[in-house]
Amino acid sequence: MTVKIVKVIALNTFKEAVRDRILYLLLFFAAVSILFARVLALLTVGDRAKIIKDVGLASISLFGALMAILIGTGLVYKEIEKRTIFTLISKPIRRPEFLLGKFFGLVLTLFVMLLAMSLIFLALVFVHTWTIEWTMLVAILFIFLELVLITAVAVLFSCFSTPILSSLFALSFYLIGHFSWSLETFIKKARPGATKILLQVLYAILPDLENFNLKTEVVHGLPLSAAHLLYSAAYGIVYAAFILALAVLIFRRRDFV
Amino acid sequence: MNPVLSIENVHKSFSTGFIPKKREILKGISFSVAEGEIFGYLGPNGAGKTTTLKSVLGLIFPDEGRIELLGRPHLDPRAKERLGFLPENPYFYDYLTAREFLDFYGQLFGIPKSARDERIARLLKLVGMDRSSGLPLRKFSRGMLQRVGLAQALINDPAFVILDEPLGGLDPLGRKEIRDIILNLRREGKTVLFTSHILQDIEMICDRVAIIVGGRILSQGKLTDLVSEKVLFTEVTVSGVELEELAALGESLTVQADRVLLKVVEEDKVQDILTLVQKNNGRIHSLIPRTQTLEDLFVDMVKPQ
Ligand SMILES: Nc1ncnc2c1ncn2[C@@H]1O[C@H](COP(=O)(O)OP(=O)(O)OP(=O)(O)O)[C@@H](O)[C@H]1O
Ligand SMILES: [Mg+2]
Repeated sequence: MTVKIVKVIALNTFKEAVRDRILYLLLFFAAVSILFARVLALLTVGDRAKIIKDVGLASISLFGALMAILIGTGLVYKEIEKRTIFTLISKPIRRPEFLLGKFFGLVLTLFVMLLAMSLIFLALVFVHTWTIEWTMLVAILFIFLELVLITAVAVLFSCFSTPILSSLFALSFYLIGHFSWSLETFIKKARPGATKILLQVLYAILPDLENFNLKTEVVHGLPLSAAHLLYSAAYGIVYAAFILALAVLIFRRRDFV
Repeated sequence: MNPVLSIENVHKSFSTGFIPKKREILKGISFSVAEGEIFGYLGPNGAGKTTTLKSVLGLIFPDEGRIELLGRPHLDPRAKERLGFLPENPYFYDYLTAREFLDFYGQLFGIPKSARDERIARLLKLVGMDRSSGLPLRKFSRGMLQRVGLAQALINDPAFVILDEPLGGLDPLGRKEIRDIILNLRREGKTVLFTSHILQDIEMICDRVAIIVGGRILSQGKLTDLVSEKVLFTEVTVSGVELEELAALGESLTVQADRVLLKVVEEDKVQDILTLVQKNNGRIHSLIPRTQTLEDLFVDMVKPQ
């Protein structure tokens, strides 16, 4: 495994992604959605800055996830389908290097896109509060971590199924990930027994993407707990590594025909 | 001297269909390619040529058998450092320009920037694509892609080059150019393995061949050994001799004015014709001994299947 080859493939993947029109379409809608927060703010009574922050961060998270899913699910599949992988595999690279290159290439793309969305968002917040709110960046950093995890999931599905199916799977992962915390309430209410154990197991397996959601805290200026941040970061990295390892395992011995 | 590529008893099946059914595509392939030769791998459509090459490159995993590439197990990246490959119907990243495309592969081999630039310029010129270097590959024609594909295969100055139908999709001039490039590779001491349907091309440039039919190698060896030098028959064109007199000596193929084209199988009958012509004060217009061609051999092998 060499970092250099992963880097070369990642940069080429980045090139591929930024030459894809769908990326700019999503970026455009993200910008519209962030700016739409301003309109919403005008229509509501209450703290306008809070609404702008709330809607803005939600937009960044949603469109970032859409970018990760719509581009990520095609990445590996297209290489096999279009047979570009034939020449690639004939070069001195190992399959895991290829997969990781694809993954990091998309992560780099998402980082740049997130940067662009954040600039629009921070500028909008700035004209309302006349301060640059650095805590917003913490929330966005954790959105980035969530996107890294979603990218890993998209790449995993892309290794064995078509982009449309993979997108559906990855989208389900995203949705389940944001609602799985509600299982906690069920677990608390459930009487001890098989059901409770089942729910607990399910909760342990299912992703909990709400870990990466710091919206409430940063919007309302609540204190951020270092322990929670550390736990969430570790959770995201370990989960993504696990998904990638699974992808490598699937990808390692498959025939490209 | 160790072979550059040795394939031993390779089997491969594919399962297809809703209820998977196994079909054996390679039924025990063995052959080897020696250093410095041009090796032709030929066979009819669907014989398993591409499947063999995919096994060598590690794109698919054979069910059984051993493959050694440049003195190492074939999946070893160090073996691939010295390998070049052109797939059939090349598909490449269409969002890249020809130059970016070659640069990407150059980087995979860790070739430093300045050497890369110099080599890319030289290769684009070699395959006649230097004028289109800035064009995205999606705007390339099939033959142009084939040429860029060949440049890609040579980016690492490989010791061994595998080309899957390198002459497909090219115009006659292009075919000659690519043939010359292949011959030039041999002159530089490189080894080439290529597949083709066009027997004349194989005949023209290959040192050795293997013929695969239905997943089995039916014949392999030096071209001169496979295609016997033995005269199959002689074609003689004569005039000034009565047709009836000639009929016993050979089969008359065409008669034009008083010229007769005869197919003569036995060699002493050729002598008889000569004496006959002399006796009648006739003339010999041509006398061509026909030896076996690769095509004859190929047709003979493929037919019984
Ligand atoms: N993925 C696959 N699944 C099932 N059968 C396959 C698969 N790939 C190839 N085959 C079959 O294997 C056989 C050999 O195919 P291959 O591509 O190796 O032929 P080839 O000798 O390269 O032919 P051509 O000269 O047309 O390129 C064909 O009968 C083909 O149908
Ligand atoms: Mg083929």
